[in-house]
Amino acid sequence: MSTDAKIETSPDQPRHRDSSRVVLVSGLSVVLAMFVGGILIALSDPDVTRHLSHPLTFVKDGFASAAKAYYALFQGAIFDSSMMQAGGVVRGFNPLSETIVATTPLLCAGLAVALAFRAGLFNIGAQGQIIFGAISASSVGFMLQLPFGIHLIVAIAAGIIGGALYGGFAGFLKARFGAHEVIVTIMLNYVALNFLGWLLSTRPYLRHGRNDPISPPIHSSAAFPLLAGSSLRVNSGILVALAAAVFVGWLLNRTTLGFKFRAVGANSSAARTAGISVPRAYIGVMLISGGLAGLGGATQVLGTERSLTGGVAASLGFDAITVALLGRGSPLGTVLAALLFGGLRAGGLAMQAKTGTPLDIVLVIQALVVLFIAAPALVRSVFRLRAGGASTLSLSKGWNG
Amino acid sequence: MSLELRGITKRFGPLIANDSINLKVEAGEIHALLGENGAGKSTLMNVVYGLLQPDSGEILIDGKPLKITGPSDALAAGIGMVHQHFMLVNVFSVAENIMLGNEHVRGFGFLDLDSARDEIRRVSTEYGLDVDPDAIIEELPVGIQQRVEILRALIHNAKVLILDEPTAVLTPQETDELLTIMRNLSSSGTAIVFITHKLREVQEAADRITVIRLGKVVGEALPSATQEELATMMVGRPVSLTVDKEPAKPNKIILAVEHLTVRDATGRTLVSDVTFEIRGGEILAIAGVQGNGQSELAEALIGLQEFVHGSIKVDGQELVGASVHKSLAAGIAYVPESREIDGLVGSFSLAENLVLDLHDLPPYASGILMFPKKVKEDAVLRIAEFDVRTTGVDATASSLSGGNKQKLVLARELSRPVKLVVASQPTRGLDVGSIEFVHKRIISERDSGRAVFISSTELDEVLELADRIAVMYRGKIIAIVPPDTSRAQLGLLMAGITDSTPGTQAS
Repeated sequence: MSTDAKIETSPDQPRHRDSSRVVLVSGLSVVLAMFVGGILIALSDPDVTRHLSHPLTFVKDGFASAAKAYYALFQGAIFDSSMMQAGGVVRGFNPLSETIVATTPLLCAGLAVALAFRAGLFNIGAQGQIIFGAISASSVGFMLQLPFGIHLIVAIAAGIIGGALYGGFAGFLKARFGAHEVIVTIMLNYVALNFLGWLLSTRPYLRHGRNDPISPPIHSSAAFPLLAGSSLRVNSGILVALAAAVFVGWLLNRTTLGFKFRAVGANSSAARTAGISVPRAYIGVMLISGGLAGLGGATQVLGTERSLTGGVAASLGFDAITVALLGRGSPLGTVLAALLFGGLRAGGLAMQAKTGTPLDIVLVIQALVVLFIAAPALVRSVFRLRAGGASTLSLSKGWNG
Repeated sequence: MSLELRGITKRFGPLIANDSINLKVEAGEIHALLGENGAGKSTLMNVVYGLLQPDSGEILIDGKPLKITGPSDALAAGIGMVHQHFMLVNVFSVAENIMLGNEHVRGFGFLDLDSARDEIRRVSTEYGLDVDPDAIIEELPVGIQQRVEILRALIHNAKVLILDEPTAVLTPQETDELLTIMRNLSSSGTAIVFITHKLREVQEAADRITVIRLGKVVGEALPSATQEELATMMVGRPVSLTVDKEPAKPNKIILAVEHLTVRDATGRTLVSDVTFEIRGGEILAIAGVQGNGQSELAEALIGLQEFVHGSIKVDGQELVGASVHKSLAAGIAYVPESREIDGLVGSFSLAENLVLDLHDLPPYASGILMFPKKVKEDAVLRIAEFDVRTTGVDATASSLSGGNKQKLVLARELSRPVKLVVASQPTRGLDVGSIEFVHKRIISERDSGRAVFISSTELDEVLELADRIAVMYRGKIIAIVPPDTSRAQLGLLMAGITDSTPGTQAS
């Protein structure tokens, strides 16, 4: 990420200078979070803390411990030579495959949150929209019998529509009654989660011979084709997610709808005065945002898990907020942030297995990234950067916004 | 106490905001700092108040150099500042705001509001600043809020008082009151730095005038200088303060408003049963003290008000109940009162701002697709036509100065084929050069046959532009008078006194 900071800046182009500053702060936030994470890794290692009385050894061992953990994290996220020796070159890329599998739904949901950000809405409800997307997609996946190819497309469409309607409902409440989207979407998350729990206890959604909340498996005609053979889980869901990122970029920068969203998000009074309907923009953006999150749910059930479970959304909807924050609401930024978090997720498991460093460290790093991004002045003072212009994206706003 | 600045230089990157500025303000003197927006007046005063650190130069108080690293140093040295945007806590009372940062406490840390109230009463009677210590800030008119700021500076023992564009937010009456207060303060020995770009006020209040242009002191003047002389120094070229215009040649009725009533969401009447018409080729100016329904009337014309009854016809088309989009499409150009809030999207590029209302129409869009290249190409032309000073069409609107922002709004609104131009406070907060530009442009819109509706609280502006003047008072148009009506009579009308009111005589 830190290589992003090398973008050329020119004093004649304040816009570019601003955005490169934003990228710089994002990159440095990640660096800083990794650094603090490293200290925590060292402190959590009993072999290191034993040498507390010998400062030099302590620092040296601590550094070694953190380096070892991060190396394991890297191996677990990208490429593992020991797995290659055991199972061939393809197996060696299993960590990368796992990273991509973790990235796919994070990217879709991250785009959902990022798009809503750009229209000035804080969509906390990606979680609920993912759940409804997953319910719709998996229902089509195991209930209908359709030809190969068409089945997958119909199932994806169902996932998008399911999420879109759920997100659009929150947008409607905001536009029509002025209900604050943060509160509404948080509450709708609970509704979705409990609805899912109930649904999985009903007859059509019970898997034959199982009592736990898991649906029948989807038909293979509705599954995302695997990309690298049956030994790796990586599937074509990532291609759909990347296409979604391109779509969001196109929507924001090349369409009238995206222009309206951005205008409403940046200054709703001026948008209204220019004849743009703010309520319609709210409903529209929440429909599309919900659809993207629903797509994330669809990639989970049609690609990775191949059935609907009670934990299908895990904490994806909330990690998506982190991803969108780190990506600063831009589609490219969201892709990079989702990859980073997907890698942390996949690598964290390997790190825990190899070095005994708890997986929770990864969650701490994620949390620290958000914390540093929310406090750009802190990052700037640590790295002695000059204060830049206003950020193009406001990440916090009042309850009346 | 005297304040002296020697060779103050302040750079922002490549921009030199202050270029070795020398200034001396004596005790008991009202020293006007005159300059256009962006000339560096506010930067200089922020340096004095410690909000910015100068790159070189020194500040002397009573001849002794003083290092000011923050506002607390400035306050301790007896320098107080009233900012253009007030620094008050809106939900606190006057007394609480004045105590803020310097709280009176009794034992156990309890606030001693009584002693604060006494002090406020003492100081406010001393200087003729009438303020109720228990009033809540947000319930007070802007003029009184400003007094609270001044009072706070005085209670903190300010001997040098900096007023940054204090009259920008005031009505004519409030301005007169402020000037009286300033004279009272100076006669009791306070040195006042009065930052402004309004020539009339400078002549009325200042003892000495320093003119700043592009970060440099370009000269000193006495208040006996004519407005033309001052304006020429300030702008750097001769400017005409009066607009040349031919008599209006009105043709057919473009805007017909009948029995228009506007209410707010709580049912309060803002505009009450208003009827008037404007013909093509004439300017109707609404005069009135701020808050008498002018802004709401202008908003109602383009559909921004929700609860509207009566009739608004533009070229025969009924617009009551129509959306903003439809009203704009009916041929109305709208220049809103607040360009930063309602006129422009600050983080958007100039090009994007220029199509804010046209972005979904050809040639900028077809169906859902937009054509950013076409948007930019046209933006280049319009920016040249309206003389918007900028680094390029990709610069953000927020990077522009006030005058250039207003030109950008005009460039957007007047480039459409409109029949009616509605402008609220078209020159509020602008410098002389920009005001000249805006006024000329408005006249040329009239001369090209468009109907023009102007609402302005500046009587000078109304008198300069109007072909007919409608005076609003408490939501009603109480009179429509010709443009040669005297200031005195207009003043009476603005206070709600008409000829028919018993006991008054209009001259």
